[in-house]
Amino acid sequence: MENIKTANAANLEVFSEVLQDLAASDKDIIVVTSDSRGSGKLVPFGQKYPDQIVEVGIAEQNLVGVATGLASMGKKAFAVSPACFLTARALEQIKNDVAYSDNPVKLIGISAGVSYGALGTTHHSLHDYAVLRAINNISIVAPADNFETAQAIKEAAEMQSPVYIRFGKKAMPANLNSDATDFKIGKGRIIQEGNDLTFIATGEAVLPCTEAAKLLEKEHQISCKIISLHTIKPLDTELLLAAASNGKPVITVEEHSINGGLGEAVASLLFQNSFTNKFKIVGLPDDHTVSGSQIEIFNHYGISGEGLKNTVLNLLKL
Amino acid sequence: MQLEELKRKSIESRKKVIQYIYNAKAGHTGGSLSILDILNVLYNDVMNVSPENFDSNDRDRFIQSKGHSVEALYVVLADKGFFPEEDLLTMCQYNSPYIGHPTKSIPGIEQNTGGLGHGLPIAAGAALAAKKDNSAVKVFTVLGDGEMAEGSNWEAMMFAAHYQLDNLCAILDYNKLQITAPNADVMGLEPIDQKLESFGWAVKHVDGHNLEELSNTFNNLPIVAGKPSFIIAHTTKGKGISYMENVLKWHHGVPSKEQYDLAIEELDQQLQELETVLK
Ligand SMILES: Cc1ncc(C[n+]2csc(CCOP(=O)(O)OP(=O)(O)O)c2C)c(N)n1
Ligand SMILES: [Mg+2]
Repeated sequence: MENIKTANAANLEVFSEVLQDLAASDKDIIVVTSDSRGSGKLVPFGQKYPDQIVEVGIAEQNLVGVATGLASMGKKAFAVSPACFLTARALEQIKNDVAYSDNPVKLIGISAGVSYGALGTTHHSLHDYAVLRAINNISIVAPADNFETAQAIKEAAEMQSPVYIRFGKKAMPANLNSDATDFKIGKGRIIQEGNDLTFIATGEAVLPCTEAAKLLEKEHQISCKIISLHTIKPLDTELLLAAASNGKPVITVEEHSINGGLGEAVASLLFQNSFTNKFKIVGLPDDHTVSGSQIEIFNHYGISGEGLKNTVLNLLKL
Repeated sequence: MQLEELKRKSIESRKKVIQYIYNAKAGHTGGSLSILDILNVLYNDVMNVSPENFDSNDRDRFIQSKGHSVEALYVVLADKGFFPEEDLLTMCQYNSPYIGHPTKSIPGIEQNTGGLGHGLPIAAGAALAAKKDNSAVKVFTVLGDGEMAEGSNWEAMMFAAHYQLDNLCAILDYNKLQITAPNADVMGLEPIDQKLESFGWAVKHVDGHNLEELSNTFNNLPIVAGKPSFIIAHTTKGKGISYMENVLKWHHGVPSKEQYDLAIEELDQQLQELETVLK
């Protein structure tokens, strides 16, 4: 496990390396793909463990069904497919066969959010948190760095309940806070402390928060707390309520529709606990998504250091 | 259209596909080159569709199920006059409507596709509507061979046969490759003709790069009255550019400057050869 590459690797590479490591001593690890072996960075896995990878072809419903069958027989089945197809095409299989029937399939949504850039809406997954949040008995995880990725995969391998893990495509930071060495699915991670406001973000949206925090500190002496809420369900209520208890503004940031995702989950929690902090949800608006690369789309909707800085200044009316 | 003219169009369109993919630094090169001759024949020799009649309900419909090969469709539609070809210089760039999959925001495109396994059900529904209207509209769709693994296709196949949609023509771009590997290694589809026939379709094998054969086939539909037609078009992924042909990485490979020059040179040579034969 020492050799696992963590600096500036795409989280999928880390995912693939961790899986190879686990598979070396665990024949029950089975990866299921839907013509997604290359995009899932699983070619080396397949070469090393040809008996532990199953190809179903371009058939996502069958992918989840087959993974369910494997899991029902005690296999640690990782179903790997682009997040957009996995959580839309195979949603009924996820709802009925995985979650409702309680089969501990590990669903791995790759190239999630707007990672596919100019390939457009058919390839974006801006709905996955929302639809899966409404399904009982499934955890939803989106790692923000390679440390979280490696930890999430190791934990998922042993989980006895269904889990969905969402990965992007581009290189990720190795570790956004090397002091925060505790990782547990269901528990958020504090990336940095701060007094004036709290960013709560998930997945690839955490990094832009760290950039905004630097700008806000430098240009406006505003100190920001940042939480990587890598698990969107179950929600780490304790951490979130504690963070909001200072009464300072809360800004949620996600690579997802502003409808039904992380932001609304946090808002619901805070409002039901009578919090009245200033609150802003940053994500993709309920609109036709602009075309462009992931970074261009992020910039367009203010999921960037500069964009988030301006959102904060507006919220604080500075 | 004259066969010679179609042949010239095919080569010129291949050049454009490469040019715009090279310019965008993105695209599904191999699959665009494998469907290009099919699209050329459909749009220039078979279907009753043009910028002039695109608002009319009487136009024939084309739904590109394998949406990722949008570059071929863009080039053929631009050539038909649906939009200025220069628009394609913005392909896949920030805020451009010319994204990497078909969308209805582009003049001439019927449906938004990109998720595989959607075109045939939509085409079947459109064909049923035409039947209900006693209209002569024909509906065409092109599917990838890897795409055939999607269950929705087989649901639509049962449906189309059940409703005797002989105004529907599905075309299989049988280039034998998908992303990971050849179909035969990923998910074998043979014997595909027998499977399609057993689902109640009339089936015909054609050379998907023989323009004359494509034209004769598409202009003599249905193959059997009362049955939907499935044309198994045997094609070559990357057709026309020798170093791309049948090479897996060109599924969405983008040529370097040297590779681009080489491709254009080869296509120019094909154009020259065509001119010599014509003289
Ligand atoms: C539902 C769905 N699953 C997966 C993909 C990703 N994908 C795009 S192209 C492709 C391979 C297609 O292979 P094939 O149908 O043979 O097309 P061609 O060889 O003509 O390019 C895949 C898996 C998709 N677009 N839609
Ligand atoms: Mg193919």
